Amino acid sequence: MKQFTYTITDALGIHARPAGQLAKLAKSYGPDTTATLTKDGKTVKLSQLMMLMGLAVKKDQEVTVNVEGPAEAEACATLEAFFKENL
Amino acid sequence: MILMQGKGVSTGVERGTIYFYHRADATVVKRAVEDLEAEKLRLTDAQKAAQAQLEVLAEKCREEAGDESAVLFETHAMFVEDEDYVDAIIGVLEEERCNIEYAVEQAGIRFAEMFANMDDAYMQARAADVRDVSRRILNNLMGIVAGGIDSEEAVILAADDLAPSETIQLDKSKILAFATQGGSGNSHTAILARTMGIPAVCGLGENLKPEYAGRMAYIDGETGRLVIEPDELTLTAFKDKHDKQVEMKKLLQSMKGQEDVTLDGKRVNVYCNIGSPDDVAAVLANDGQGVGLFRSEFLYLATDDYPTEEQQFEAYKTVASAMNGKRVIIRTLDIGADKQVDYFQLSKEENPAMGVRAIRICLNRPEVFRTQLRALYRASAYGKVAIMFPMITSVWELKECRRACMSVMQELQEEGVPFNADTEIGIMIETPASVFIADELAQLCDFFSVGTNDLTQYTLACDRQCNDLGKFFDPHHPAVLRALKMAADAAHRNGIWIGICGELGADLTLLPTFLALGMDELSVSPSSVLPLRAEIRKSIAKTCDLKLLEC
Repeated sequence: MKQFTYTITDALGIHARPAGQLAKLAKSYGPDTTATLTKDGKTVKLSQLMMLMGLAVKKDQEVTVNVEGPAEAEACATLEAFFKENL
Repeated sequence: MILMQGKGVSTGVERGTIYFYHRADATVVKRAVEDLEAEKLRLTDAQKAAQAQLEVLAEKCREEAGDESAVLFETHAMFVEDEDYVDAIIGVLEEERCNIEYAVEQAGIRFAEMFANMDDAYMQARAADVRDVSRRILNNLMGIVAGGIDSEEAVILAADDLAPSETIQLDKSKILAFATQGGSGNSHTAILARTMGIPAVCGLGENLKPEYAGRMAYIDGETGRLVIEPDELTLTAFKDKHDKQVEMKKLLQSMKGQEDVTLDGKRVNVYCNIGSPDDVAAVLANDGQGVGLFRSEFLYLATDDYPTEEQQFEAYKTVASAMNGKRVIIRTLDIGADKQVDYFQLSKEENPAMGVRAIRICLNRPEVFRTQLRALYRASAYGKVAIMFPMITSVWELKECRRACMSVMQELQEEGVPFNADTEIGIMIETPASVFIADELAQLCDFFSVGTNDLTQYTLACDRQCNDLGKFFDPHHPAVLRALKMAADAAHRNGIWIGICGELGADLTLLPTFLALGMDELSVSPSSVLPLRAEIRKSIAKTCDLKLLEC
């Protein structure tokens, strides 16, 4: 299992656009590699677009991303880079 | 030959196939279902169709409005196959053993509620996205076509009657003519038809039968006739008229670029009434000298949630910049009465024409008003925008409107957002009250514009929606024309200009009266600009009289 923690800097938080891109990214590593996001004890899969948006993650909030599966190393690195770049 | 006689409400002759409007009946009925697998297959098909539609929309949007807007549709496309959403649909299906439509509706409601209950405004707004996506899947399941017309070629659109929110969503490129069972010359279908310059016949009643769908017909928007399989004589008459129509169009084209001045030098500004930014093309094509009435309702009618400041700003800015320095008078929200919008959750009224409508809603809901005013003032930096308030009956209302404008200007000033501080403010004269106190109102605004349909309705106590009033609903009534005179005299006494933006403006038989009253502006459907110009250029203002004001 790979994991990283990130504090959101984007003014809008995880809004529709990045959430959609995250869901797409998370699915691209196949069904055996799953990525989850945890905020305040609540965990959703990154591929669960509506649920992910339902967390209403805002600026300055801390989230933890866990990745598990055959492609976890690569997936985790890509996701972390995406957060830094876009969120 | 089958001949139907109705009331011609928008002139012109056309030939085409009759197409019956299929109302997008949104009611989902729950049914017990045996074969759940078949329902799941239907869902998969509807999802695939939805995604294909959304991809097309995203592509179209990317070309027209840029990347940001396209992303919205792409997100919708992902919602369509969101695992939790689909799981929820299948969950309802298996639990209730019901039809898939019911399952989609229920799952949609559940997710929309989840978003609506969040304490974040952005997330709350996503509830509309979920509803939109569910509606799209449902439309695909129920065979409801977006735009309302499932035909490759343009048709004669037949319907019982059309609500404003329905006409606005119609794909106008597919309409040759309108034929409705109900409605009157003042109905929105009629107004829309005149704006688009296409023939329309209303009030055909039971004679217009749904089984005529698919038959070839001739329609004459002047005589109010709709004919299927005409005999030779009728056919010849139609063809003659059609030829004359083509010739007349040619003649009118020669009026383009000419000034709107009478033979003795009296200038009248001929402006256009429009209902959405799409209509600007017609204004420019017909050489309208400005926009005398931009109805902002389309923004409110075409969506299922309050339009944002940004959406409104874009629409107003589009029109203001397209008109390139010519005056664009935008009327603030005028819903209520016959124009209903669900999300405003207005209470049912016995008599909505006299209820909480138009400016009354705005003054009761300062936030809705403020959003629109901000969008209007922001747009004022991009052209010659003027703001017009509807349904004014009292001086205090206008004062309150002006205060709202002041505070919005102050906000924008503080935010450093550009706007034009000299934006003209005007009011609609459409109630007898506003006529009686026109002097006082004129001191508080820059112009008057008379809404003749409502002024006639309120002056004569005749419901403009009512089909049977016939001769009692008379916009030429001396009382209505005298009201115009009172308003015009008050305007000129106080040094402001006055125009007419109601349907009456295009009534050529009244032009001499309007010239005698000294009307400074006439705002008409784009298709009426050139005929009106031709008539103005033939007139002599100083010989016009006020005979029609006598009883």
